[in-house]
Amino acid sequence: MPNSPELWVINLNRMFEIKFAGYGGQGLIRSGVIVGKAASIYDNKFSTMNQSFGPEARGGACSSQLLVSETKVLYPYVTKLDILVAMSREAYEKFEPELKDTGMLIYDSDLVKLKKMRPKIKLYPIPATRFAEELGNRIIANVVMLGFFTAITKVVSKQAMEKAIPDSVPERFKDLNLKAFNKGFQHEKQIPKIPKFQNS
Amino acid sequence: MKAGTHRLSGNEACAEGAIAAGCRFLGVYPIVPALEVVERFLKRCPEIGATFVQMEDEISVLAAVLGASWTGKKAMTVTSGPGFSLMMEHLGLGVMLETPCVIVDVQRGGPSEGMPNSPSQGDMMQARWGSHGDYEIVALCPNSPQEMFDFTIKAFNLSEKYRIPVVVMADEAVGHMTDNVVIPNKIELVSRKYYKGKKDKYLPFLREPALTGIPSMVDIGNGYKFHVTGLTHDERGYPIMNAECQEFCVRPLMEKIRKNVDEIVEFEEKDTNNAEIVVLSYGITSRVAEKAMDLATKDGIKVGFLRPIVVWPFPEKKVRELSKKIKAFVVPEINYGQIVYEVERCAGGNCNIIFVPSKSGAVHEPEEIVNAIKMGIKEEKREEVIQVKISNQQ
Repeated sequence: MPNSPELWVINLNRMFEIKFAGYGGQGLIRSGVIVGKAASIYDNKFSTMNQSFGPEARGGACSSQLLVSETKVLYPYVTKLDILVAMSREAYEKFEPELKDTGMLIYDSDLVKLKKMRPKIKLYPIPATRFAEELGNRIIANVVMLGFFTAITKVVSKQAMEKAIPDSVPERFKDLNLKAFNKGFQHEKQIPKIPKFQNS
Repeated sequence: MKAGTHRLSGNEACAEGAIAAGCRFLGVYPIVPALEVVERFLKRCPEIGATFVQMEDEISVLAAVLGASWTGKKAMTVTSGPGFSLMMEHLGLGVMLETPCVIVDVQRGGPSEGMPNSPSQGDMMQARWGSHGDYEIVALCPNSPQEMFDFTIKAFNLSEKYRIPVVVMADEAVGHMTDNVVIPNKIELVSRKYYKGKKDKYLPFLREPALTGIPSMVDIGNGYKFHVTGLTHDERGYPIMNAECQEFCVRPLMEKIRKNVDEIVEFEEKDTNNAEIVVLSYGITSRVAEKAMDLATKDGIKVGFLRPIVVWPFPEKKVRELSKKIKAFVVPEINYGQIVYEVERCAGGNCNIIFVPSKSGAVHEPEEIVNAIKMGIKEEKREEVIQVKISNQQ
């Protein structure tokens, strides 16, 4: 199994099952919308997104599930996740079992404390919420995450994301969001290609 | 909205479809999981000059919609199961007064309040038989955000053409699914017929030809004086309580749909010609069925796919014709058995009927349907509907 993320994608050039999970208010459904838009409108792939959320507007468990494929998506739900983006410990604990044995876990390293993981799952930590706070607004933590997600997984192209993000946020926050995206994207260089296994 | 490709959820696409179809009145009592339709429509209201009314409950919502429609507006409401139940009274009024309007039912788990955030296909029979008395209804089942857009327009066209309430039977899964929606440059729209003759000669329920004709409406507020009532009425709209008038008034409500059934019925079929098993499904389930069909075909089974796009009136002819050629129909539904009985009726004992219920509140997994297809190959001819065990009960 190649360790470089780039090769990982080339080897598995087929449908991707992705879940963004965390608390309501962290922008997880928006993340699904943005990546879906980038993939299907700007990268000319097919993508379908579903969402699930509790009755609470904020604070409850919330997730969006996205399928990105070269062909039309028929069954619109994820079965075994290729990529889990976890922005809360609760989401990580709830959805980690859904990950494939060779799946990818991208997580907010300040908010998620890892348990013992299956050996072949690839781990990609980023302190997204802290980065967002440093940029001036915690609300863009999901976009920092998306930058990192794009750099690591290459499910969508950077160009497509840079078009999809301004489309999906209010005019006055466009620059901030793009800055956040780049911050996350650059972080890929900071992490070693083969992350060390972390044991709590 | 501009023509082109957009990224919309099913509910948003429904609102855009309504706007594109010329809907300028939305009456609503808010309900999950149909709320995004309302949000979207409300946002667009000022720019398109539409009216939005939130009533005290769903009974009055549909009354408001019918009223708006008589004033000449294309009118719509959106709801889910509990609200749909309350609308049944005025659904009947809408049929009786032959009022064009569209009802979107984003189905959720029931009965009663059930599961607000889970998909279901539990209102299918309610749409057909929910109101009292005899009537025909037209109902469409979309399976993607694109179809939420297209079918909302189609629903308006059918309702304007046949002067009938048309129901779009969506579900939570389609409503909350986000996908690409292509908005075409040109959208074909149908409008109701208007009476243009002398003002004192207008008869609101005059039909030509007698049984299947669609009466004309008038531009209300311009001096036409006439009467409409939910009581059995003659061509002037006045109540008359006898058997002849019942026949005159109610029979055409059926005939105008039944006689035009070939024009209204619409379905999608795939590989049904040489099939041994045909999977009949609608709405969100049809996507899973298509996937299951692909999987079963890879195993060398001859599977066909039939999807009623218009569920009411039901594609009887097609189902009857297929039933003579195949071994079994496999019918997956997110309920405990509704449309499957309609399939059984049309198949008339010609082939096996295998029903695949779902763990209610969840869309089927493709394997559940594949297993039912395999079962259909093996199973002996049986008289009753064969029910597949739900996967979580052993």
